[in-house]
Amino acid sequence: MSETTNATPAVYGVLAEFTNADALIDATRKARLEGYSRMDGYSPYPVGEVADELGFPRSEIGAIMFIGGLCGASFGFLMQTWVSVYDYPLNIGGKPFWSWPQFIPVTWALLVLTACLSGLFGLLALCGLPQPYHPLFNVPQFVRATRDRFFLCIEAIDPKFDLNQVKAFMATLQPESVEEVPE
Amino acid sequence: MAVETAPAPGGATEVYEPHPEGLLGGNHNINTLGDKIANVVIGVTPTPKAWWAFFLLGLTLLQAFVIGLAWLFYNGVGVWGLNQPVAWGLAIVNFVWWIGIGHAGTLISAILLLMHQKWRTSINRYAEAMTLFAVACAGTFPLIHMGRLWYAYWLYPFPNNMAVWPQFRSPLAWDVFAVSTYGTVSLVFWYVGLIPDLAALRDIARNRLQRIVYGMLSLGWRGSAIHWRRYEKLYLLLAGLGTPLVFSVHTIVSFDFAVSIVPLWHATIFPPFFVAGAIFSGFAMVVWLAVPLRHFYGMKDFITDKHLELCAKVMIATGLLVSYGYFLEVWMAWYSHSLYEWNSTMMRMWSGPYWWSYWCLILTNTIIPQLMWIKRVRCNETLLFLIAGSVHIGMWFERYVIVIALARDQVPGAWGRYAPTIWDYAVMFGSIGLFITLFCLFLKFLPMISITEMREFLPHKQGGRDGHACMENAK
Repeated sequence: MSETTNATPAVYGVLAEFTNADALIDATRKARLEGYSRMDGYSPYPVGEVADELGFPRSEIGAIMFIGGLCGASFGFLMQTWVSVYDYPLNIGGKPFWSWPQFIPVTWALLVLTACLSGLFGLLALCGLPQPYHPLFNVPQFVRATRDRFFLCIEAIDPKFDLNQVKAFMATLQPESVEEVPE
Repeated sequence: MAVETAPAPGGATEVYEPHPEGLLGGNHNINTLGDKIANVVIGVTPTPKAWWAFFLLGLTLLQAFVIGLAWLFYNGVGVWGLNQPVAWGLAIVNFVWWIGIGHAGTLISAILLLMHQKWRTSINRYAEAMTLFAVACAGTFPLIHMGRLWYAYWLYPFPNNMAVWPQFRSPLAWDVFAVSTYGTVSLVFWYVGLIPDLAALRDIARNRLQRIVYGMLSLGWRGSAIHWRRYEKLYLLLAGLGTPLVFSVHTIVSFDFAVSIVPLWHATIFPPFFVAGAIFSGFAMVVWLAVPLRHFYGMKDFITDKHLELCAKVMIATGLLVSYGYFLEVWMAWYSHSLYEWNSTMMRMWSGPYWWSYWCLILTNTIIPQLMWIKRVRCNETLLFLIAGSVHIGMWFERYVIVIALARDQVPGAWGRYAPTIWDYAVMFGSIGLFITLFCLFLKFLPMISITEMREFLPHKQGGRDGHACMENAK
């Protein structure tokens, strides 16, 4: 960032390493009570309590999939109506042109398809994925976040962030290690 | 980024109590469990010799598939045994057979998840792969049955200068949407489940190529708690959508027959009967895949005897539903007092040229599976494997019996015979080659069991969360 020779590298945050999920839950709770707000937990499998402690009680995925599904279903039904009633009406076994019960299978399939795809792309967009590079990957221990270790990172953008204070606070949580995360 | 701790070959150093429900063997902690699965993929565990045997078998059959298709496209569907009155033949038999096999994967991943069945965890990944590959095989048949594959896109509604549209009151048009949606949703469900595992593989990769490929595929997943929350919600909702989807897909497949007014096809029993049959055959395939995984990859710790027994129990239940369907078909023919229904039933069971296929069906699908009531039989891997084989044959004959019913119409002048040609069989057995090849590649390059979910499933003492918390934590 800076041209000066004595500049320390910018810090993304401070990362503490724990050996089990309960320690991570506990650490997240303590950090929240300490007043930190911009932080995140990392674990090899989902630990819902961490997200609760981080103040993220509900995800947006349900709403996204609902809206996506609704759009797909409406589009499917209206498309079939328009095709079968207005643009290309065919007499099939004397059935009415607007034989709507027979439009339900395709409507349903499109509902599921669009709900599913909007959920997938919603997840990727909200999580900012794909993101091949992330500052956390600079910390050697972090490879074990997908294996057997649990991490808490208090980020530099936190209003209360002060490198030494955060490090001192992290040390009180009895972690395996505390590391600065270079940007 | 190398692995810091070498995996202990026989499991963890600490000694843990056996799993209370018998769903986990060996002595595993969070590390040894993940390593055992991941080592197959990153190349620590040598590829079993049997893998090569299966892969070569698959490739050989795949050649038959390619040659069969090439000859078919060159000549048209006349190279098959199709004719009037049996106009659908093996193409549709194989289509329904494959898509039925696929359904157990969705059932295991979606329905068993919603029902809090912990035993799904060790079989859902490869069952989902099975679904995907079975749908790929299934989807081929209606496409090539059209004869002119290059017009396949006409099946979809799109504005075109011929000013024509699909006919949305036809079950065949519904099929297009049902099967393509099913294929897509299965792929998404499978891939979403794979993302954390791919990240785990990225972090223990042994060389640069693995790290790049798995790194790209894992999309930079880092296991953030916020991401996990969204992820679990998505996974749960996909399961919630997948469950009715699997029922609707096979219902629509059965509508291909049931919406017609052909005797023995025009039956309200068809949708539930088809769905039960699909799950029945799918579980038979799960057993068929589980046995080699246990033997050649030593996955007995995760796919335990208990899992096989539970699969056998699902097969007993769905097998009885299917048998009830066979009974009800005959009952309705008699009880309806419809001369045509009854005559067609007699032709099917007794006086027609294909009576033997009906009794093959009853023998392999109704009688032989009853052996699974005996605990000694269903807990014997070899016998269970053989019974599952019988179910594969039986479920194939079920669709054959339905399709072949057209050979005997109500007017003798409309009678005909159907004999598949070598090209029918080339494509049929070739599709099995496609399945085997794809499945072998899957075993070699992707984790056959979900590492993440298995870690979560581990008891607390062993480093897990004791079951999938997905249902409680998906918010």
